[in-house]
Amino acid sequence: MDSALIPEGVKRCSPKAFFFWTLPWLALLLWGGVSAALCLLKGLNQTNMSDYFAFALWIVFDLAIIALGAGAFFTGFLTYIIGRKELKDIINAAVIIGFICYSGAVAMLGIDIGQPIRGWFIFWHVNVHSMLAEVSFCITCYLGVLLIEYIPLILENPQIEKVKPLRLFGQNLHGIMAIFAATGTFLSFFHQGSLGGLYGVMYARPFAFREGFYVWPWTFFLFILSAIAAGPSFTILCTKLAQAITRKRLVPDKAFQTLAKISGSLLGVYIILKIADTLGWIYGITPAAGLAFMDYFKEGPYGVWLLVLEIGVFGIIPAIILLTPSARKSEGWLITGCLMNCTGIVLNRFTFTIVTLAIPVMPFDEFMSYLPTWQEWGISLAVIGYGFLLFSLSYRYLPVFPKERELNPVVE
Amino acid sequence: MVIDLDKCTGCGTCMVACSAENNVSVRPDESDPQRRLTWMRLYKVTNGKPFPETEVSYFPRPCMQCDHHTPCVSVCPATATEMDYETGIVSQIYTRCIGCRYCMAACPYHARVFNWWDGYFPKSKGMTRYLSPEVSPRMRGVVEKCTFCHHRLMRARTKAYAEDRRELEEGEYITACTEACPAQAITFGDLNNPDHQVANLIKSPYAFRLLEKLGTEPKVYYLSSKDWVRKLGDNFLPGQFEPVTKVKMG
Ligand code: SF4
Ligand code: SF4
Repeated sequence: MDSALIPEGVKRCSPKAFFFWTLPWLALLLWGGVSAALCLLKGLNQTNMSDYFAFALWIVFDLAIIALGAGAFFTGFLTYIIGRKELKDIINAAVIIGFICYSGAVAMLGIDIGQPIRGWFIFWHVNVHSMLAEVSFCITCYLGVLLIEYIPLILENPQIEKVKPLRLFGQNLHGIMAIFAATGTFLSFFHQGSLGGLYGVMYARPFAFREGFYVWPWTFFLFILSAIAAGPSFTILCTKLAQAITRKRLVPDKAFQTLAKISGSLLGVYIILKIADTLGWIYGITPAAGLAFMDYFKEGPYGVWLLVLEIGVFGIIPAIILLTPSARKSEGWLITGCLMNCTGIVLNRFTFTIVTLAIPVMPFDEFMSYLPTWQEWGISLAVIGYGFLLFSLSYRYLPVFPKERELNPVVE
Repeated sequence: MVIDLDKCTGCGTCMVACSAENNVSVRPDESDPQRRLTWMRLYKVTNGKPFPETEVSYFPRPCMQCDHHTPCVSVCPATATEMDYETGIVSQIYTRCIGCRYCMAACPYHARVFNWWDGYFPKSKGMTRYLSPEVSPRMRGVVEKCTFCHHRLMRARTKAYAEDRRELEEGEYITACTEACPAQAITFGDLNNPDHQVANLIKSPYAFRLLEKLGTEPKVYYLSSKDWVRKLGDNFLPGQFEPVTKVKMG
């Protein structure tokens, strides 16, 4: 039925099968839509956030997907600027994943702020000293860049390609992609860093506060590093998942290996710096605030095991796996390494968001805990539904994987 | 502002006065303390000892009007909260706040509250008639906080200017909580003016500020003669806290 839209030389499932595949994702979107409508109409009382948990599940999700989406700019940087040719086979997928993550995060933020209609005040009444202003500027611009990177791919759809001006436009965009890759890299570096800075500058919250270099707290650099360490892993995971679902080889192994190696090396550097940062925090910031290390972990469910898991289990171990060539070459180990790497970063963002707020700073204040409502889950999971849907549509109708034809010759 | 914790009885009048003065809306069900709108919060603290050695004290906590690199002001992306360097008051521009709540995350005193619900002033209880025209009621989705009854300062200033004065007398401008406190536990004035009572009170060895070590430099001081209460004012590592041993009499 939709065969005219499907790129030439590749095989896709029947429209019926595709329709059934989209159903669960549409259901998630519906759930998210209802939740969003409730939050917009009735207010944020639909969530379980409180004056203690001003930031909650959505912000954790936001920070996590933005970090995982870092594969887009970093792969772009490696492909167009460093010139790693083998990554050309995976760059489209990385850009789409990045676009999904960023647009999802921005949409979620739109619900998360109490006055969505006034969102533009960040640009109009900007406070240049606020890390959040920096984040907003960079994310908005970067989303534009991602869209520009995505457009040439959309224009390669067989039907759109027939329109000559559009085809020429797409080809021209391709030609200048390096400029956008460079812009994207610059913007992303800054906003990944500012997201870390967001917490690091809160000097009245000793759990998150970090001293640093010039105006940037340490977390600024740690967030950049952790994002570019986990982003490529996430790109690998998504592509591997696409391969598993479609039962096809879509990307040559060389691209995976390059990304995994880079991911592992960066994770290794990150973990070393993270350990140094943690020690500096334990022996510097913590005693200066009159606290002992264990004071942060003595109450509630957020124990010191979080730190052990984050640095040890989901930091050091995946770094070793991804840095060992033989482990990287084995499919199982590669996926385990990438999965652990991504889990580590999600845990890190969770800790910075939730634990920072849960730990009372005033000695006579009480420990609070928080559980999200179904509306909060709805909006968060809708982003996943949206991601699967957009990726599936892109895969079906656009030449996302340039080597797909070569790796899977269609047998008549 | 100086709050004498030895005098505070925990009656909550300051909270009520604050809410009434500043058009703080209520909720039909106020049983959710984590989302309740209160600018002035009263904490009950105890020395943790079993009966009969148990001692109790109350901590009224307005916004501290932090002076140094004000945590909430420095983070607000939309400049919706600002420090007025002339008056020292940290004010909130409600119509500019986008409700991102970053300021709440940055304030360690939980002095900021978010409007989770639409403002509610029940007509049947006559509350609408009490709404003050001097303070704008806040809409859902913004953050609000204590502003040391900024409008009272404006009122006092207008009056002084009308009388051709440029300086305010001590006591001409005080906050609603100061005025309402039946135990006179709260003293309000200009900390920079040596003639004002507050400037003297903070020289007491019993004076302290909440979370001094963090360096937010609050403009609210507390007084307490009890070591354990002062100890609760900040986080102290073992051996760091210095009890007051010698107090000059007279
Ligand atoms: S107490 Fe909180 S709200 Fe008040 S000035 Fe300080 S940081 Fe801001
Ligand atoms: S909630 Fe309002 S006042 Fe607070 S940081 Fe955001 S915009 Fe500024």
